Amino acid sequence: MVKLRCDGVEMVVAEGTSVAAALLGAGVSRFRSSVTGEPRGPLCGMGVCMECRVTIDGVGHRLACQTPCRAGMEVMTT
Amino acid sequence: MKFDVVILGAGPAGLAAARAAGRRSASVALVDDNVTAGGQIWRGAPRIAVPAGVRFFPQTRVFDLRPGFTLLTESHGAMEASRLILATGARELFLPFPGWTAPGVFGAGGLQALVKSGLPVAGKRVMVAGSGPLLLAVAAALRTAGARVVGIAEQAPLGRIVPFLAKYPAKLPQAFALRARLVGVPYWTGTWPVRFAEGMVTLSGGRTVSVDYLACGFGLVPNTEAAQLLGCRLDDGFVAVDSRQETSVAGVYCAGEPTGIGGLDKALEDGERAGAAATGQAVNPSRGAFVRDLAAAFHLDPRLFDLAEPSTVVCRCEDVSCAALRPYREWREAKLMTRCGMGPCQGRICGPITNCLLGWSAESVRRPLVPVAAEILLKDVFEP
Repeated sequence: MVKLRCDGVEMVVAEGTSVAAALLGAGVSRFRSSVTGEPRGPLCGMGVCMECRVTIDGVGHRLACQTPCRAGMEVMTT
Repeated sequence: MKFDVVILGAGPAGLAAARAAGRRSASVALVDDNVTAGGQIWRGAPRIAVPAGVRFFPQTRVFDLRPGFTLLTESHGAMEASRLILATGARELFLPFPGWTAPGVFGAGGLQALVKSGLPVAGKRVMVAGSGPLLLAVAAALRTAGARVVGIAEQAPLGRIVPFLAKYPAKLPQAFALRARLVGVPYWTGTWPVRFAEGMVTLSGGRTVSVDYLACGFGLVPNTEAAQLLGCRLDDGFVAVDSRQETSVAGVYCAGEPTGIGGLDKALEDGERAGAAATGQAVNPSRGAFVRDLAAAFHLDPRLFDLAEPSTVVCRCEDVSCAALRPYREWREAKLMTRCGMGPCQGRICGPITNCLLGWSAESVRRPLVPVAAEILLKDVFEP
């Protein structure tokens, strides 16, 4: 199992889980705010639509659906 | 890094190409932006292994391709190839309806990909909607994962699906096997979502269904951007290839969905041919009618292009509404005036939508192909 945090909340997921799957599984549906402030979450699941962008370990615009969870990861929705 | 053959995309077509090319050449590389090989259909569990002797570069996004050929990647710098096989697959076609941008609405393949990457859906109420054989596969996979599939809304009428299946009896066992896994799940044909709000899907015809997730995809759009950047000729939106899968650019081959949406069997055949042709081996000729028949059977009902209300967002990156696009005549003008298609996805999602809704052709492709860190671009410019 892998332990990570999203917006300060700890979550534990199976090895190999993507950040997008981890967040959705923990009930996080709003990954980012659109340019006009609408809530958005993953759409395509395959790294094309860019809707699942989050900040990971301080780096912005990371694709949650293409990033596997790692121990100690700090994820921030935006 | 220099290779005889570089294959872009490690889905079924790319893996079949790698297997074929690996028989002849000891200098083959396979590049993919995902964590594991298999593409979307075999995500994480490929039925063809990466052949021994083929170098596999996962999580490697190619942001530029240049004649000769040079591929620029974020994680591995420049890669050179004498021959290139493009097996870049397809993405889903999304169509805007009120509520389609809300969290909880996914692509059909999109939700399946998320489940394969660890999203638990046990007990979740999910509707699968849109068009194509993928809907049944997605619904069956979701059910296996424990989801309550509350219904499948297929926009094509039953009167077109049945004759299609009858013409391809080889596909029937697969269709029946999927249907058997979906006993008790309603399959509404000639039906599509018209609205999503607060967990409630409204279907054409008026039925409303409460869901946790709506998984909705209206078919597949070929990923032709890499081919276009190299100058390969397109034919009606697909990469034009000869009987050896070679494109209009000598030394560039293309296999799988970018040459025509045909699914797994076609991708494997294309890949085998491309890998063989790129390494000077004999190739088997292709068949071909399936691609046309599939497109005809699941041809989109034009009423799907009128679901968006004036305020419905079309370009999700820049929040450009349907009404904001109406004054413009073509893609470029709309881009300049509204920023439609100019966000991080580079029009990958809204380009095909404006093609359906407004008849626009969003075919211009520029480097970088995907968003790339400025420091990497600078490195490329100053340390070529």
